[in-house]
Amino acid sequence: MSAETTTPANDAVSAYDVDHPAPVIEAPRARTRKTPKTTRTNFEMYGWLFMRLSGIVLVVLVLGHLLIQLVLDGGVTKIGFAFVAGRWASPFWQAWDLIMLWLATLHGANGLRTIINDYAERDNTRLWLKGLLYTAAGFTIVLGTLVIFTFDPNIR
Amino acid sequence: MSTPTLEKQDQAPEPADATAAHTITVTFRIRRFNPEVAAESYWEDFQLDIDPKERVLDGLHKIKWDHDGTLTFRRSCAHGICGSDAMRINGRNRLACKTLIKDINPEKPITVEAIKGLTVLKDLVVDMDPFFQAYRDVMPFLITTGNEPTRERLQTAEDRERFDDTTKCILCAACTSSCPVFWNDGQYFGPAAIVNAHRFIFDSRDEGGEQRLEILNDRDGVWRCRTTFNCTDACPRGIEVTKAIQEVKRALITRRF
Repeated sequence: MSAETTTPANDAVSAYDVDHPAPVIEAPRARTRKTPKTTRTNFEMYGWLFMRLSGIVLVVLVLGHLLIQLVLDGGVTKIGFAFVAGRWASPFWQAWDLIMLWLATLHGANGLRTIINDYAERDNTRLWLKGLLYTAAGFTIVLGTLVIFTFDPNIR
Repeated sequence: MSTPTLEKQDQAPEPADATAAHTITVTFRIRRFNPEVAAESYWEDFQLDIDPKERVLDGLHKIKWDHDGTLTFRRSCAHGICGSDAMRINGRNRLACKTLIKDINPEKPITVEAIKGLTVLKDLVVDMDPFFQAYRDVMPFLITTGNEPTRERLQTAEDRERFDDTTKCILCAACTSSCPVFWNDGQYFGPAAIVNAHRFIFDSRDEGGEQRLEILNDRDGVWRCRTTFNCTDACPRGIEVTKAIQEVKRALITRRF
């Protein structure tokens, strides 16, 4: 619908009349017979809960990570292969980075899934965007986990 | 409400233009749509001389009765109880019958349009079917088991207080049609349906709470709520809608853990 502050031009003969009304704008994603039935799973609830809990943990993990990497001990200039190798020699930092990787990726992916559900109107758009999102998130998690566990400081 | 008439009687000897003195000129900018004439909607301005203490609905009546009889809008009781005349006034969902003209800056044009997220059928009239479908889905009636008692079902004042806020709903759709999630996804139940489910879930006499929670636990249920608080701002009855939705969420979580 346009939003001009004018009345429609009366000189042109209208294409619509009582027997042939203009099409009205349907509500997006109205419920039809093809709409999937209720799932009766708790997926959405666990998703919602995960966002809250992972958010709390991520505040500590990410802020701590940024502090260590960018502020303490000379800031960003200290980061090099040796620095990373030294940190990952300790299982504590391995676990820190692993948990941060998983929580951040899943938290972000779930947030984007919500946004796609909200704003991608057509079923096909939604399918493709979500497919892309899940592929990217899965790839990030797999690659990151692989690196953390198979990291070899003596690589040459 | 009776005092103004008494005051007017004191001033009665004054001529008729004394009453005209406290009317002001207000521009109503109304979004018109008639599918039998054009596919596009357009804004139409109406100049009215009206008492600023009158309501927007009185202005719409004036337009319909004296200026343009084709203006179409819903209203039944015209006193804020039936919930027929929810519309978007100056960009906010309100009941036209509860909005005084003096409260919404009559110096500027007052924009009036249909509520969003529902199909506009004509001018300010929308198709309320999806809204009431969501309402029906949450089973807004008393569900009990066993024999019917011979006398009324009693409950304590505290038990009644638990869901008092959500009994005030008049199903005007101001909250649901202010919800950005509902604008984008007509399958979301919407605040009004959740409020009316809340009214029965937290009623100590009702035994269908588990079923209703199961319905609202679904994809299109309470978890789609983004706590935008648009619904709480829009509710003409002052129901804390977002709080009610959060209470349903909490009930769903405490049911599991």
